[in-house]
Amino acid sequence: MKLLTLNFLTCARKTCKSSPAAFPLHPRDAELEQVETEMNPVFLRNILPRLEWEAMRSITTELGLPSLPAETPDPGALLENDGNGDGEDAGSAGPSQIARDLHALLMETCIASGKLVCGNCGHEYAVKEGIANFLLPSHMV
Amino acid sequence: MDYLIRFLQVHETFRQPETEALARLAGVQFEWIFYADHSPYSIIRFRNCSDPTAAAKSLISRSILSTGIFELWGTGVDYAALHADIRARTETLWPRFTNETFRFKLDIFHGSHTLTEHRAIIETFKYMAFTGPIQMKNPTNKFDVFEDHELDAPIPRRLFFGRQVAESGRRAMNKYDLKKRSYIATTSMDAELSLVTANLAQVAPGTLMYDPFMGTGSFPLACAHFGAAVFGSDLDGRSIRGNKPGRNVKGNFEQYGTSSQYLGGFVADLTNSPVRQNRILQAIVCDPPYGVREGLKVLGSTRPALQEVVYLADTGLPAHLQPNYVPPKKAYSFFRMLDDILHFAAERLEDDGRLCMWMPVAGEVEGEEAVVAVPESDADTSKGTAGGAREYDIPRHPALRLVSVCTQDFNKWSRQLLTYRRVGDGEVDGEELGGYEAGRAALRDGEGVGSGATANDLNEFRKKYFQGFKERS
Repeated sequence: MKLLTLNFLTCARKTCKSSPAAFPLHPRDAELEQVETEMNPVFLRNILPRLEWEAMRSITTELGLPSLPAETPDPGALLENDGNGDGEDAGSAGPSQIARDLHALLMETCIASGKLVCGNCGHEYAVKEGIANFLLPSHMV
Repeated sequence: MDYLIRFLQVHETFRQPETEALARLAGVQFEWIFYADHSPYSIIRFRNCSDPTAAAKSLISRSILSTGIFELWGTGVDYAALHADIRARTETLWPRFTNETFRFKLDIFHGSHTLTEHRAIIETFKYMAFTGPIQMKNPTNKFDVFEDHELDAPIPRRLFFGRQVAESGRRAMNKYDLKKRSYIATTSMDAELSLVTANLAQVAPGTLMYDPFMGTGSFPLACAHFGAAVFGSDLDGRSIRGNKPGRNVKGNFEQYGTSSQYLGGFVADLTNSPVRQNRILQAIVCDPPYGVREGLKVLGSTRPALQEVVYLADTGLPAHLQPNYVPPKKAYSFFRMLDDILHFAAERLEDDGRLCMWMPVAGEVEGEEAVVAVPESDADTSKGTAGGAREYDIPRHPALRLVSVCTQDFNKWSRQLLTYRRVGDGEVDGEELGGYEAGRAALRDGEGVGSGATANDLNEFRKKYFQGFKERS
């Protein structure tokens, strides 16, 4: 699963729902893969404001990946030349380095295997062949 | 200039909702001048529109249930009336087309003509004096004569004449045909309806879409076709993983070249969901299990012994920490599942986000009940206003407005595609929300551990399906 998806996932246990420590899940013993993927600038621009940026940053730090900027980049910063300020040629401008870096980190980095650990209860969810397993045993439901 | 949409005569109750959803997506306003479920021809008129040609193209480009959109050059009950109408509407336009390549075609619904009659009909349009030349393949201008017949009637009830502006997006159906897909299952949704559902969900490039009952990925694939970024989950990991290398959900995305849009799949139970409870999704599209061909299960067990940690007899280690541990599941109420989906969607959809959910209905849905005109008004919040529909059968939530109900009829049962729109919190009635939450709590408390309810007890549709939909006391 692409790293971005971790921004949408938390511990599945109902008892952890109200705890802020349950999000994000912490990758452990993670095997990562870089999969070359077509860039999707419209999606990137769209998804940025909806991300929990701090959570994304903490995950990339935990995984020892290049760190993300301290704050969510401006949509304008995703384009190559935002210096001329007229905003008219937004369609022809290419993706900026920031956009490329974000793409490499969020969309091309995938977790192939490992564990996702809840910071609140410590439960570990296994990831195998890129698919995470969030099924809980009956005593945790 | 009015425009004619040439629909397919299939999935009739989906046609208007699909077109209206596409109009909203394209930022185009129009009104229906003529539409009938029994006819493939409909007429629309754009409103507040400075460039109707562009509007027509953007409206139809993703449409699955139509073949194209045409400038309406004329209409009439017979050829005399048709030609008179064409002259009245378009005579001043003809000089523009005189020297451009063109072709004429006859589109006859529920009728037929001999080749001789065909030619004769086309010759009656000679007065337009197009010099052409005539070019059957890819001419600049394509003119269609539409004959709308009642079944087997030799004389058409109405005629239309139009110049094609754009073809629809129906071609996508061939690409996504299940017969050509590398990985499917018995309950995979067909390509046509998957794509129509994606249109009703109003997904577009940049949309984030989730399917909690992904199966082999039909809905995520259809949404990815229209540019959405998609992810999904399923209670059964085997359907995501597949059982042959390359034949799995990921392989399907590779087949269609949309892997870059597939964010990932995971194994999860909707009632114990790992998706965080924030309004981050724009579309939730799903076909929940009906409990007939696949089980309707959730995590948990009714056995008292399984309510505590289970230790293996031989090693004394907790069973759930062993590799390859498979958690127990139990049968679940279909009614509760639908309610859970709506609750899940209300908590996670952005304002104006869409929930598209398929739901089975025992018995045919006939007449006006098949199409529900759902007005978007304040009165909509109370029960019993969606004219004609069996209101009590359609799940409701105070934060979700019902946008459309479309029905696919089978013999003795049918299934409905319900489309809801998440409204802003300011539009949610506080009292209604309180009542809803209380109702949900009551539902929950009504089913304790060890209640022993069978799959049939929990699922009225399943019971009726296996009893042949007969009335039983």
